[in-house]
Amino acid sequence: MTALLEVKNLKKRFGGNEAVKDVNFEVNAGECVVLAGDNGAGKSTVIKMISGVYTPTAGTVHLNGELLTGKSPEAVRNAGIETIYQDLALADNLDPGLNLYLGREISRRVMGLPFLDRKKMREDAARVMKSLGITVPDPAAPVREMSGGQRQAIALARAIHWQAGLVIMDEPTAALGVPEQREVMALIERMKQQGVGIILISHNLPDIFAAADRIVVLARGVVAGVRRPDETNDEEVVRMMMGATL
Amino acid sequence: MSTTKRNGGASFLRSLLNAWSWLFLILILAFFEIYAQTQTGSTFLFRVYNLQSISVAASQILLLALGLTLVIVAGHIDLSIAFSTGFAAVAMALVVRAAGDDPGLAMVLLALIVGLLAAGIVGVVNGWLVAHLDVPSFIGTLGTYGIARGAALIVAGGATVSIRSDTVRSFGNGEIWLFPIPVVIAAVLAIGCHYLLAHTRFGAHTYALGANRASVERAGVDVKRHLMLLFIISALTAGIGGLIYTGRFSAGAANAGEPILLYAVAAVFIGGASLTGGQGTISGTVIGAFIIAVIQFGLVFSGLPPYWQFVAVGLVIIVAVLVDQSKHRVTGDRS
Ligand SMILES: Nc1ncnc2c1ncn2[C@@H]1O[C@H](COP(=O)(O)OP(=O)(O)OP(=O)(O)O)[C@@H](O)[C@H]1O
Ligand SMILES: [Mg+2]
Repeated sequence: MTALLEVKNLKKRFGGNEAVKDVNFEVNAGECVVLAGDNGAGKSTVIKMISGVYTPTAGTVHLNGELLTGKSPEAVRNAGIETIYQDLALADNLDPGLNLYLGREISRRVMGLPFLDRKKMREDAARVMKSLGITVPDPAAPVREMSGGQRQAIALARAIHWQAGLVIMDEPTAALGVPEQREVMALIERMKQQGVGIILISHNLPDIFAAADRIVVLARGVVAGVRRPDETNDEEVVRMMMGATL
Repeated sequence: MSTTKRNGGASFLRSLLNAWSWLFLILILAFFEIYAQTQTGSTFLFRVYNLQSISVAASQILLLALGLTLVIVAGHIDLSIAFSTGFAAVAMALVVRAAGDDPGLAMVLLALIVGLLAAGIVGVVNGWLVAHLDVPSFIGTLGTYGIARGAALIVAGGATVSIRSDTVRSFGNGEIWLFPIPVVIAAVLAIGCHYLLAHTRFGAHTYALGANRASVERAGVDVKRHLMLLFIISALTAGIGGLIYTGRFSAGAANAGEPILLYAVAAVFIGGASLTGGQGTISGTVIGAFIIAVIQFGLVFSGLPPYWQFVAVGLVIIVAVLVDQSKHRVTGDRS
């Protein structure tokens, strides 16, 4: 069986600066791979090459055996990789339903004229959010009235609803309070149960150990080591993160 | 945007604040009615002529404010509408005049189309500047405000283009069962714009664009095309205002829309829109336009110097902004 995502010999050069030198890893369905590494290690550059924002200088990305390298962000998304950026890109003034369906809204016809089917979109949003363990108190309220964790859930709901096979999250808990961080960690668990593969970028050691099935440590653009959480500890991960820089 | 039942302690206060513009309209109507009854022994509200005058004044404001509402919800502004109106009015008048005294219906229709096209050009230029060249809309439409003004004055030869046509006059001054034609046209356009903004994907994208451009961009919406359409719609509704102006006064004037620009912008903000975009409704704008029209007409009606209307409208704008702010405080929005 091939892996869900296969990253091979990825390399990215910005002018004279080789930000990513040689990165290899795999993600299987229902598995959470954490990309850990110090500032400037190349984590964001790696995921941007996966999501199609950057074209790699060399190397390949395969999803379910299909070559993705060179495709546009749009095409990569349609192929089933949803990237959730830190800013979430929600429309704060709209309800969860419209956010879930943004760009693909559904309408019903009244006397031949299309009218947005807000009710159906709200119901779908509430249902998907529920599958993530989140109850929306008021499905008609704009999402700006929701907590950071609930907002993250809407972004994830979009990935689930449109059947992404792989979800990439760049530091999803960085701007959140402690209870909301827990909420997000629980969301990641539920996504895994639904068979979604996850790449999580994180600086936070407790988060890394709580979420990861595998930890890929990057240092200065190369993979300094790959560990399962039960075969390593904080110290070793930190040492690997610093290692190549010493 | 949504009017569904809300829970939470602040909900009563919130709906009161949402309805303040309605309450305010009722209040000033009551004020002028009481004034009329006690001071002059007449009525303000229960006379067809007064209602017609108020509605026509509100329609004039609305024709500039309807398209503008869409643009403001999307987080932009269109200052050029004042002269899209004038440009359309002059272009239409010139075609009618070129056709000689009392031209036939076909010529009048042609004149209407030419007027609309003239306004449409302004919209295309605005859209192109904002969408494709990333010019901030305030600056870009201030530029086209100047250009459209100059163009209208140049083609009009610096003067008012007067015309002689019964067809055109009845287009601007006719009635459909007590409803002046300008009011009927504004009402139809208001319903159309409300449908567009509240019930279509286009409207949802407009709100999302005003809140967070990245949200619609990443959702695969063609934002450039969307902005282009918004500015064209804005110019066209303002242009229709110009056509009606030429009809009402049997003359096209380059500055037909200029005195209304401030009122149109005011109507949109009184109606609940925000300068940062993402909120506002057509029904709010309609109420806003009526509030201004009632103040305008009411002050004249009660014999006060008409200049007071500027003061009064200015005050209402400030109240509108204060209400909007306290609304955010009540709901505890983070925005
Ligand atoms: N667009 C770019 N142009 C030039 N250099 C870049 C660009 N993007 C990233 N870099 C460089 O590549 C290196 C890796 O950056 P990257 O953003 O991938 O690090 P990161 O691991 O995500 O760090 P952080 O934890 O701070 O987010 C850095 O030296 C950075 O300066
Ligand atoms: Mg980064």
